[in-house]
Amino acid sequence: MVIPAQTLRHTFLRHNKKFPHVWCPGCGNGIIMAALLRAIYRLDVSKDDIVLASGIGCSGRMPTYLDFNTLHTTHGRALTFATGVKLARPSLNVVAIMGDGDATAIGGNHFIHAARRNLNLTAIIINNSIYGMTGGQYSPTTPFGARSTTSVYGHIEHDFSIAELAVTAGASFVARATVYHAELMDRLIEQAIRKRGFAVVEVISNCHVQYGRRNNLGGAVEMIRRFKEQAVHVDRAEKMSAEELRGKITIGVLTDRELPISTEEYKKVRERARAARGGKV
Amino acid sequence: MTTPQEKTTTTAADRKKKLYDVSFYHDWCKACGICMAFCPREIILADRAGKPEITDPDRCVGCRFCELHCPDFAITVSERTPRRRRNDV
Repeated sequence: MVIPAQTLRHTFLRHNKKFPHVWCPGCGNGIIMAALLRAIYRLDVSKDDIVLASGIGCSGRMPTYLDFNTLHTTHGRALTFATGVKLARPSLNVVAIMGDGDATAIGGNHFIHAARRNLNLTAIIINNSIYGMTGGQYSPTTPFGARSTTSVYGHIEHDFSIAELAVTAGASFVARATVYHAELMDRLIEQAIRKRGFAVVEVISNCHVQYGRRNNLGGAVEMIRRFKEQAVHVDRAEKMSAEELRGKITIGVLTDRELPISTEEYKKVRERARAARGGKV
Repeated sequence: MTTPQEKTTTTAADRKKKLYDVSFYHDWCKACGICMAFCPREIILADRAGKPEITDPDRCVGCRFCELHCPDFAITVSERTPRRRRNDV
């Protein structure tokens, strides 16, 4: 199904906001925002039934431009606010949009435990390997040896994979895409929102202003072209050795499993407690 | 009788070539250059301000890569419809 950008502009953007948006020219956040809107358009649900929550950072600006129920919350706490919304109104589709530092450093605990709890939420994590908005400090996903304003002579710590962390923490659905694979990304986001359980979509994005420039990776075009070369689909990655996969990005659905959902289990507990008290509340 | 395999081997002349129009919303464009760099036909070129323009829209194959990857919602690709007199108003 072809969804023209014009339709997205007219249907989902808040026109009282200043456009063009605040992100740098060529920033992947805009591509991710378009993919999210295409996924929501395909879901065919009312705009009132969608809640977007975001934390602080460049990614935090995304819900402010979009005409849904939106929350722009404190740093790292997008998932906690989303959890609250979901517990109060389980019928809503709640999507938390976070950056890599937002989700795994400041909100790291919230992220792990939201995955463990398996609430029926969707988390979209934009991974650009750096804290872009605050001035280019290194984040938990900055690769070893990379340069940033706080690791001028090369980063001495190792990065970790957000998607693999989510799999280990117990999320129901984990997928990864890059901004080059925009069509795959919107299919994955659609699948994630439809999925009953905690769904994580990690999107590898480009920050050419803070990260690319300091590491000689070129501008937006060069960085996005590199994602195309590095990306390996999961089906192909299974047949490759660990040595071949070094420096590659595995894209596609990494985990899709059925697990008990927190809100439904809570409903059952309430019924059990009510029965134990002889039907009295 | 034609087998399904024969049916798929139509020549280019048999198919009517679909034409597309690409419109750029220059007010929202930041001239990042993604559309120009990734266009498979290399028909999107920079104008004097560095913003994209198409001089030969008939060569567009309608892959919509530029529309899908524009971070600023500034590109719309549409199938070309026949010109009508009311368009000239």
